[in-house]
Amino acid sequence: MSTEILLALILSGTVGAIAGYLGSLMLSKRMSLMGGALGHLTLPGVALALLYDFDVSLGATLFLALGVLIIWLLEQKTRLHLEALTAVVFSTSLATAFLFLPKKEFDIALLGDVSKISPVTVFITVIIALLLFFTVKKIYSSMVLASISSDLAQTSGVNLKLNNTLYLICIAVTVALGVRIVGGLMTAALLAIPACTAKNISSNLKQYTIISTIAGSLACVLGVIAYAILDIPAGPLIIIASALLFLVSVFKQHTE
Amino acid sequence: MLNESTVLTVDKLQIAYEGDQVISDLSFTVNKGEILIILGPNGAGKTTLLRALQGLLPYQGLVSWNAQKISYLPPQEFLQRHNLPPLTVKEFYSFKTSDLNSAKSMMTEIGLDENILSHQFSELSTGQFQRMLVGWALLDNPDVLILDEPTSGIDIGGEETIYSLLHKFWKNQNLTILLVTHDLNVVWEYATQVICLNKQQMCMGKPDEVLTPEQLKKLYGTGVKFYKHQHR
Repeated sequence: MSTEILLALILSGTVGAIAGYLGSLMLSKRMSLMGGALGHLTLPGVALALLYDFDVSLGATLFLALGVLIIWLLEQKTRLHLEALTAVVFSTSLATAFLFLPKKEFDIALLGDVSKISPVTVFITVIIALLLFFTVKKIYSSMVLASISSDLAQTSGVNLKLNNTLYLICIAVTVALGVRIVGGLMTAALLAIPACTAKNISSNLKQYTIISTIAGSLACVLGVIAYAILDIPAGPLIIIASALLFLVSVFKQHTE
Repeated sequence: MLNESTVLTVDKLQIAYEGDQVISDLSFTVNKGEILIILGPNGAGKTTLLRALQGLLPYQGLVSWNAQKISYLPPQEFLQRHNLPPLTVKEFYSFKTSDLNSAKSMMTEIGLDENILSHQFSELSTGQFQRMLVGWALLDNPDVLILDEPTSGIDIGGEETIYSLLHKFWKNQNLTILLVTHDLNVVWEYATQVICLNKQQMCMGKPDEVLTPEQLKKLYGTGVKFYKHQHR
């Protein structure tokens, strides 16, 4: 196995794990759409990064911050729903990206790229993923409570504003990490599919989070291995691997 | 004004929602150990009032609590039971206590089988779910319990169980209860105080004294049958 593939495996496995873990909180209709919308938001940043040769996740983060800021400003100015505004901003952002994205970089921006990953990138990604893990772990039960009822959470002493902010930051950072490996169009799948897989085959919350994390990581590892063998972009392979795991879970689920 | 036995003082409370005055000029006090029932037609502002009392909504006026721990059960329509992670009752209870034994003994108290603890939310019947929530609310020994239509969607037998359950806890634990309901039966049976609410305070006092046929007619409009249990 070449070093390149080994680095790709470590990076993708880590990002897949954190996306699976965080994604297990995002089962609601509203949130599962969010992951996709944020992925699209990153594209102009990815395009710029590819044009001027800086880190893709960095470009993604910049445009996520900008996009979220614009959505927030529009929310203050109008009386439109957050979802509606997100739709406006993310499609605009997608269109903008296509304006100046060089044709030959299309694949990388849309499908991701796990080749040419440096050890430094892997190192930084693992550190960020660990920080994400501890943050998500800290807010996890509060967010579950809030998804049952925000009133119930607040009266039980949960600082909803703080938790929601941390939650959104975690999603944004995870999306920025995910964009590198699966591209701007498929980040939603990275977050959503492992949670669905886990829900099918788990009978309590603890199992569910563990299975979701493992399924996320395993899909990425399998995808990268397939990439090493087939020489097709890893992004689509990762998502297909994840979908296959989901399929297995459908047949494995215990009937009540 | 504040004395030892007062749990809640509300003075000149005003709540507006998107420019509409939902509640205006509401004042009342609640003493320790009372069961206060807030009665009123749909859209009278009952849920709004309960939420404002707990700081979940902005308001004008004074709301002052003299309680250590307040537990709240939102109305059913504010509670999500599906599209959730596969949370079991045990895990839900563990958000409040790490002591499995107190979760177990609570199950006995609320008349649910211990093995319900390993059930997921989506596997519970509406009645079981509601009883389980009452248990959750009482788990950390609150001095005040606030409930909003705790029996909506439950059949008559189940309704009876929830209220007798609440009554049992009220008697044993020196609870103060604030309760929103449509059900006049419950008012006659359990309330020590009642507030009639229709955007403003229509009546306040002991049920026997204030719930006259005329008052109910004023509150609900025409067509409400006046019925009252004979107390045994």
